[in-house]
Amino acid sequence: MTDKSLESSTLGSLQYDPAPELAAIARLRPSYGLFIDGRFTDPSTHEQFASLNPATEETLAMVSSANAADVDRAVAAARKAYDTVWSKTTGAERAKYLFRIARLILERSRELAVVETLDNGKPIRESRDIDIPLAAAHFFYYAGWADKLDHAGFGVSPQPIGVAGQIIPWNFPLLMAAWKLAPALAAGNTCVLKPAETTPLTALVLAEILQQAELPDGVVNILTGDGVAGAALVDHPGVNKIAFTGSTEVGRLIQQRTAASNKRLTLELGGKGANIVFDDAPIDEMIEGIIDGIFFNQGHVCCAGSRLLVQESVADEVLRRLVRRVEQLRVGDPMDKNTDVGAINSAAQLARIKELTDYGMSEGATRYTSSCVLPDKGYWFAPTVFADVTQSHRIAREEIFGPVLSVLTFRTPEEAVAKANNTNYGLACGVWSEKGSRTLWVAQRLRAGVIWANTYNRFDPSSPFGGMRESGFGREGGRHGLEAYLNV
Amino acid sequence: MSDARQDVRKTYKLLINGAFPRSESGRSYEVLSSKGEFLANVAQGSRKDLRDAVTAARAAQPKWWGATAYNRGQVIYRLAEMAESRRAELAEHVGLAEGLKDAAAKSCVSRSIDRIVWYAGWADKITQVLGGANPVAGPFFNFSLPTPSGVVAVVAPQESSLEGFVDTVLAPIVVGNTVLAIPSEIRPTPAVLLGEMSATSDFPAGLLNIITGYTGELTPTLATHEDIDGIDLEGVSNDEAIELSALAAGSIKRVLRPDEHRGDAASLRRLRAFVETSTVWHTVGQ
Repeated sequence: MTDKSLESSTLGSLQYDPAPELAAIARLRPSYGLFIDGRFTDPSTHEQFASLNPATEETLAMVSSANAADVDRAVAAARKAYDTVWSKTTGAERAKYLFRIARLILERSRELAVVETLDNGKPIRESRDIDIPLAAAHFFYYAGWADKLDHAGFGVSPQPIGVAGQIIPWNFPLLMAAWKLAPALAAGNTCVLKPAETTPLTALVLAEILQQAELPDGVVNILTGDGVAGAALVDHPGVNKIAFTGSTEVGRLIQQRTAASNKRLTLELGGKGANIVFDDAPIDEMIEGIIDGIFFNQGHVCCAGSRLLVQESVADEVLRRLVRRVEQLRVGDPMDKNTDVGAINSAAQLARIKELTDYGMSEGATRYTSSCVLPDKGYWFAPTVFADVTQSHRIAREEIFGPVLSVLTFRTPEEAVAKANNTNYGLACGVWSEKGSRTLWVAQRLRAGVIWANTYNRFDPSSPFGGMRESGFGREGGRHGLEAYLNV
Repeated sequence: MSDARQDVRKTYKLLINGAFPRSESGRSYEVLSSKGEFLANVAQGSRKDLRDAVTAARAAQPKWWGATAYNRGQVIYRLAEMAESRRAELAEHVGLAEGLKDAAAKSCVSRSIDRIVWYAGWADKITQVLGGANPVAGPFFNFSLPTPSGVVAVVAPQESSLEGFVDTVLAPIVVGNTVLAIPSEIRPTPAVLLGEMSATSDFPAGLLNIITGYTGELTPTLATHEDIDGIDLEGVSNDEAIELSALAAGSIKRVLRPDEHRGDAASLRRLRAFVETSTVWHTVGQ
């Protein structure tokens, strides 16, 4: 167990003046009701819980906790909207609602970015440049499909499934809402969406946007709350389809619980992505790609490149450059426009990261931790790299879902593929090499739903995303993403 | 005295990794014709037989998927050729098993062979039909390809001894999976015959493994085995499908529930059931 001191760097001494975004732009209300049948319910009629800013532990707003009766009401509203309105709305008209929503998201994008960063802890640079624009792009992309479903490859006149129950995680709150709602609505379904307990706020702003778009009442219902609401939604007999993004552990339970019903199911679960670096990879781009692969969004990314597989001949050089780069990451106030790594989303997640990194130390890996100064309040974890990791270590097998990279080595392409596939997960992998033929050879053999070659953590509404094996089934994005919401 | 010649009867064995073993358990069970007459003692497969079949299927999968799509199509077409030359034998067994008159049994065999030919043609077309290039915003070439789930367990239909077997077993095979199949419990002999034909065609060892036996005894092992990626439950009741689907959740298996649209040539549902979409992003630059 060693904790090597980091190399010094001239860049490390450069200081940035604070460049904070304005929190007031969020325009948050003190409390929110549930969004059912086109209206917010009175918050005083529900049990309330606080949504915290994980960077300060301060309460941002009080939010209503949905119970089984609320789920009943929301599902009934979705059913009524499906039967009386949405199933009778033509694809061309559905498309215009979705285009409208995309435009409204862009109009309120700065507000949404601020709310997202306050609620989630991710750097404002990421919510502003990635989460919010991609969310709008998803609505824009699927809008165009609504009146072209005959051409999507599922035969003529593919039919919607009905009422979709959608449960989303806290790592990309608005973006995951868009990934779920846009294809469901384009295909003609109505929705009951449950945002994550710790990040409900952008979904509530989205509810306001749906009102501004004059989406018919009940077509989308949004229920904030905890696992009780999620379980009630999964078990509800009026729901025809469940779409879940979250942990493999919960996904397994949902697959078990929906087995007795005819509910359709898609699962987007955990991962332990391998980022494979060959000795001919362009080193500057590759170091940035490794950093982006694991420290983007504090590593709260199911497809994170959390296992770095480096070819042995360049392992020392890559590790040296990597550790130096980690030291340069600016960790701190998520609202600062210069911040690279923000706050861990919750106390529970921080405890989980600490537990697994402690195993990393006790199982004999070599730890490098950024010497950045962490704020006193809030939930923080300094960017960390573990070297000398072997395949049996827990930090090489379990999803940490935090800013922690495990570095392993390989000698041959065959060994790289074998190690990359030595996991129960199968979500994403990266391959870094200048040799296209070798990259494609490796890509053909990786058991992963997404493979990034000489890049990492790229997303686009036209690109199918989703896992193999215990990373789940079904795709989100692209023509493939429609299948999850069509009765085909 | 030529009438006195006794026929030479066949032992109906398992198909595992290209070989025809008896069940390691030593067990067999009595299979009757539709009229209730003794047909054969068929091997009664065990958990250990299933595990051996999974090992064989896993080992064969990368090789099968690694073959060219053109070659996979030819291998499957070769099975149709083998079956065509033994139509009479298949028809006799389908007739005995399903209680069909001669003409009906023959036409069932014809449909089954035609279905094999239909599947053979899919091998080098499914990639274009289910895959494609994705117009992402950025300097990337991005494409999605259908790839096999891996090892698929098939519980073949109970009633349709040959046609149903062909339909459920070849769908996962043609898209690159390897298969272990449980034929109809009460009507297993046409499937066993087809297995023999597959082993004398160009099917590589381990591509198709056939375990005859009691469906109810074998299926929980299939549903819980961690090295099986997907399971087709066509041959079980709805109640059993519920129970097995819940067990299959343990390793997040792909599950195909009993389907009223089986055999519908217009539907690709069965072909899509055990394919994954693999999406590759590659940078574009000078």
